[in-house]
Amino acid sequence: MTVPRYQARVLVRLRPSVLDPAGEATRGAAERLGVEGISKLRIGKAVELEVDAPDAEEARRRLELLSDRLLANPVIEDWSLELQDS
Amino acid sequence: MSIGVLVFPGSNCDRDVQWATEGCLGMPTRRIWHEETDLSGLDAVVLPGGFSYGDYLRCGAIARFAPALQALLDFAAQGGRVLGICNGFQVLTELGLLPGALTRNRDLHFICEDAPLQVASSRTPWLEHYGTDKALTLPIAHGEGRYQCSDDTLKQLQDADAIALRYQANPNGSVGDIAGITNDSGNVLGLMPHPERACDPATGGTDGRVLLQGLLS
Repeated sequence: MTVPRYQARVLVRLRPSVLDPAGEATRGAAERLGVEGISKLRIGKAVELEVDAPDAEEARRRLELLSDRLLANPVIEDWSLELQDS
Repeated sequence: MSIGVLVFPGSNCDRDVQWATEGCLGMPTRRIWHEETDLSGLDAVVLPGGFSYGDYLRCGAIARFAPALQALLDFAAQGGRVLGICNGFQVLTELGLLPGALTRNRDLHFICEDAPLQVASSRTPWLEHYGTDKALTLPIAHGEGRYQCSDDTLKQLQDADAIALRYQANPNGSVGDIAGITNDSGNVLGLMPHPERACDPATGGTDGRVLLQGLLS
């Protein structure tokens, strides 16, 4: 019996209160490129994962632990999890 | 009485610390590989500067899970002195021994210069011999040194008199001009400036000596 494999993506974003200097610098570059009207630009991370787990609930449990303890630092970052069925 | 300096893959100030503590100040010091878990016989542990694990993911995020750091939690809980310098400070915040986080400098530049500082609290053994409001100069060298924390945490730091050092001219955008903080009980200090680079008169000032002597005072 094979264990199902789940595809997942964790989006890690800076919390709204945290200044994003790299985002601001990129927004400045957008203006220099001639792209107008970009009023907000904030840079986060997208982490793509595959997890082998007996069921979706267990896959979610593992990925939530991973996101909360390793992928994001809750002091400065929020995260969200997208989990697809196998 | 002896000092341990933790060494991670990517640490690059571990030998500088040992030169300062042992070579300049005569305090017995040994380096400890991050996979070791035996901190017995040590009175103080230093987490040195550098780029532990390449600073992948976030500065200090992966080093936090090193076996030596699980032992360090017990060591700190028993009152052992812990000093985190630069990357070491970042590791201590990721580990949860100190609150807040160190983030990308406001102006994105890696800053390498002498930083004028002010002692914000002389409550702890690290800084008591300087005296509050004492001005000193230590080198800084970091790209992610902007101290960030919530308003509640900032208030807790102030109420606990846990802000140890402030920049006189904030170089990186840290909240409250914070350059270094201690935990409530004062045995753990994290700071972005490099006291080990200010111990040998041949390479600049000696303002860092008193702070490093706090490891064994």
